[in-house]
Amino acid sequence: MRTTGQDQPKQRTFFQRIHLDFPLLIGIMSLMALGLFVVFSAGGQEFDIVIRQAIRLGIALVVMFAVAQIPPMSYQKWAVPVFIIGILMLVAVLLFGHVGKGAQRWLDLGFMKFQPSEIMKLVVPITVAWYLSQYDLPAKTSNIVVAFVLALIPTLLIAKQPDLGTSLLIASSGIFVIFLAGASWRLIAVCGGLASAFAPILWFFLMKPYQKQRVLTFLNPEQDPLGSGYHIIQSKIAIGSGGINGKGWLQGTQSQLEFLPERHTDFIFAVFSEEFGLIGVAILLLVYLAIVMRGLYIAVNAQQAFTKLLAGSLTLTFFVYVFVNIGMVSGLLPVVGVPLPLVSYGGTSMVTLMAGFGIIMAISTNKRVHA
Amino acid sequence: MPSRKRISIRNHSAEANLFARRTFITFIGVIVMLLILFSNVYSLEVSSYDKYKTKSNSNRIKLLPVAPNRGLIYDRNGVLLAENKPIFSLEMIPEDVENIEESLAEVAALLDISAEKQAKALKSIRSKRRFKPVEISSRLNDQQVAEFSVNQHKFPGFFIDARLKRYYPFSDLTTHSIGYVARINQRDSIKLEEQGKAENYAATRNIGKLGLEKYYEELLHGTIGHQEVEINNQGRIIRTLDFTPPIPGKDITLSLDIELQMIAKRALAGKRGSIVVMDPRNGEILAMYSNPSYDGNLFVHGISSKNYNKLRNSKDLPFINRSTQGRFPPASTVKPFLALTGLEENLITPEFEIFDPGFYQLKGVKNKRRDWKRWGHGKVNLTKSLEQSCNIYYYDLAFRLGITKIATMMERFGFGDYTGIDVHEERSGIMPSVEWKRARFNQQWYTGETLSVGIGQSYWTVTPLQLANATSILANKGEIKIPHLLKSTTEEVTEIVDGQEVSRSVTEEIIYEDKRPIVLNDSKNWDLVLDAMHNTVQKYRATGYNAFKGSTYDAAGKTGSAQVANIKQDEKYDAKKTQENKRDNAMFIAFAPYEAPEIVVSVAIENVAEGGGAANAAPVARQMMDQYFGDRVIISEDQSRHPHHENVYGAKKLSTNP
Repeated sequence: MRTTGQDQPKQRTFFQRIHLDFPLLIGIMSLMALGLFVVFSAGGQEFDIVIRQAIRLGIALVVMFAVAQIPPMSYQKWAVPVFIIGILMLVAVLLFGHVGKGAQRWLDLGFMKFQPSEIMKLVVPITVAWYLSQYDLPAKTSNIVVAFVLALIPTLLIAKQPDLGTSLLIASSGIFVIFLAGASWRLIAVCGGLASAFAPILWFFLMKPYQKQRVLTFLNPEQDPLGSGYHIIQSKIAIGSGGINGKGWLQGTQSQLEFLPERHTDFIFAVFSEEFGLIGVAILLLVYLAIVMRGLYIAVNAQQAFTKLLAGSLTLTFFVYVFVNIGMVSGLLPVVGVPLPLVSYGGTSMVTLMAGFGIIMAISTNKRVHA
Repeated sequence: MPSRKRISIRNHSAEANLFARRTFITFIGVIVMLLILFSNVYSLEVSSYDKYKTKSNSNRIKLLPVAPNRGLIYDRNGVLLAENKPIFSLEMIPEDVENIEESLAEVAALLDISAEKQAKALKSIRSKRRFKPVEISSRLNDQQVAEFSVNQHKFPGFFIDARLKRYYPFSDLTTHSIGYVARINQRDSIKLEEQGKAENYAATRNIGKLGLEKYYEELLHGTIGHQEVEINNQGRIIRTLDFTPPIPGKDITLSLDIELQMIAKRALAGKRGSIVVMDPRNGEILAMYSNPSYDGNLFVHGISSKNYNKLRNSKDLPFINRSTQGRFPPASTVKPFLALTGLEENLITPEFEIFDPGFYQLKGVKNKRRDWKRWGHGKVNLTKSLEQSCNIYYYDLAFRLGITKIATMMERFGFGDYTGIDVHEERSGIMPSVEWKRARFNQQWYTGETLSVGIGQSYWTVTPLQLANATSILANKGEIKIPHLLKSTTEEVTEIVDGQEVSRSVTEEIIYEDKRPIVLNDSKNWDLVLDAMHNTVQKYRATGYNAFKGSTYDAAGKTGSAQVANIKQDEKYDAKKTQENKRDNAMFIAFAPYEAPEIVVSVAIENVAEGGGAANAAPVARQMMDQYFGDRVIISEDQSRHPHHENVYGAKKLSTNP
């Protein structure tokens, strides 16, 4: 079948030929550049840490570029086996996994340590999108139930590690596919009701004490200002004392004098808003919005249901990162370990994220080709 | 697996529409959530900006209190009596030392620091933050300081810290008047809190505990300063933002003359007693010494319990400042005051005489009271009663005056009341009266007790300071000066002159207001009593004659010998000691020069061997006066002031009869 897309350009540009989406790349690169400055400030003004972050960003860009070269429809062939392997690896992590920071997330393969939950961030939306795109849209309830189970299995396995942040991201990637596939509003309402009924079960039977503590701390951080409430109190002080204009780059007292914990990783947004103020925050949010808009634009203009669902889900999951991170740092949400995408210091999740952008770029530049 | 056919018949445009709709909905969702995030950050950074700005500053800005230097204490001639001496301690910052245990052992070997101290230092290194200094040895001696200074380059991270500690160079010579400072304890803290002074003492370690150090704490302490610093989350100081220097306490100059004080100590060596020397013209205390004394410096560093118990359990009671707290029966030293009362009440005249057969007997009472001279003094008039210290004359006078008239007059001379001297450690003594005895013992007053009061015994107790004060009033003919130790205060004042900061010291003399004077019905009575006191010292064979023979100034005085009434404090019976305790106390009061008194001396010595006041206390007063007058020759030539003398006393007598 030949494509007849209206916005198909007559001649392919340079970026299209190398399968990169130029506007998306601009957004990503500007966040990365911004991130390097903030990491320098938050990391005690050491060039070491900036260089290490720059190397990671370079690797992530290479990964993105490589993934962008893979025709997106080819993922359909691999969806089921990779999904099954992924589930098996998650089970393996729980059984033989390497314990780090009180949670089992790593699988030691002998030559390298490997975090299967990261792969699942991509495998789950691919699998669910593959499954639902085989049927007519809007998806039938029975298909949705199957899709939901497909997303739920890895979510629960990862939550068991325990890694609340990642399981939340994986669950939402699946749910976004289901929503975009046209799940009826009535079903959404029923699921919403079931979810709220599930909440007490989650609280009493599934959550670990430290997770419960996080939620309690979120509800009332002042109850233990030097213990579990310390992070969020100091983070709010950092943000609040930034004011409209901010204290200036390298001038944030909360971060420079080390009152703010985890300043170059999960709490980097607090450093950013202390030093750049409300104006800086507005610009940052606009850049994120631009990336999300471009991602959604690519999704809408994708040729196949599968690519539409996949691009949409990946883009929205990216936004979940942003929302959960800023929400938790500014005291709107309980603290779960989610980094500020493309800005926070740290490797693994960045590589996965960039691989996701690689897929989106592949979808954007492979409109003519379909499997 | 679904077939390819099924896909080909799908309604693509409907699917695309559905997808576009759903995407649009999620896009709206994204916008809404971004607005939520933004409005939350807005409320933090704009609405609550002030709150978080304050919190951020209180996180990072800390006020470090800086203690003011305590004011110094000088004697009247500018001799330093209390100074702030630097003491040196060896300290170390753990993070600056590479191999802590090795370096510590090396330093310890160099400075001869005990293994115990090393272990203690290692323990506190483990418990403290690595950038906070740890004290290894406090109070290094000069040799240790020198030794370390030469080798300092070998021990990075080790340094010597100097702190100021109070030091009293004359140690036990000044302890009873100056007192001492010591570590602020919990009781002091509570008191400071109640007085609202806690903030001013935030950096202060020591506080005045006794004597002038306590009485003038507020003058001496000064005002706290502050260093405003920026700290990080561990409390490490990053930089200083602001500095408000402390205002040092005022220096104070005392009326004490340390040389006179030394003479007093020497005169009392080996005895228990007190000497007070006062200037009757203004109430200044020139010397005030109580023996035995103790070294106040011991308390500044925290006295060991061994030393403390030794002092506390000493039978000589060194902690008691006998000058202001000793309770001595005044004995015959009060006779001039009683004579004055008799003259004022018109019960005696200078010519009035009694016959002294060697005893006094009340009508209808078997008990005879004996005079100190077995065969009596024969005919005794006012002058002779003082010169010879005749008890019979005063039994008779006291009997006729009655206790109430005596007590009323004696209270005007300050007996039984605080003198108001500027130390807190003062006792009022006891001026017995009918009311006093009823309140104290709920008993009636007996006439026999009045007779005893007539010779300064019974319940009557005085402090040497009270005696000096009363003598001063007598010498001043009724003018009452408040005895005091503080003469003036000095402080550095910084002024801006022509845009330049100039500091100069400003001295402020302290002005003491007189108390209401004693006005007699007949002011001639003063002269009659003073003249008799003059005779007591100057007339051959009078009680004070021997002690002042050959003096180049013209002294007047009165002796006293009190029967056993030692100051007791939970004393156990001890046969050996009791013998000594039963001995008489020697008392003496004096002033000089007779015509224009410059000093008043009162002496009290406990349990002297024999001879009473004339042989034991009067020579001590003589030594004080000799020191005070030095080479001065004061000649009394005004014949009219000496109606009862055949010749003129003092220097002239010396020159005619060498």
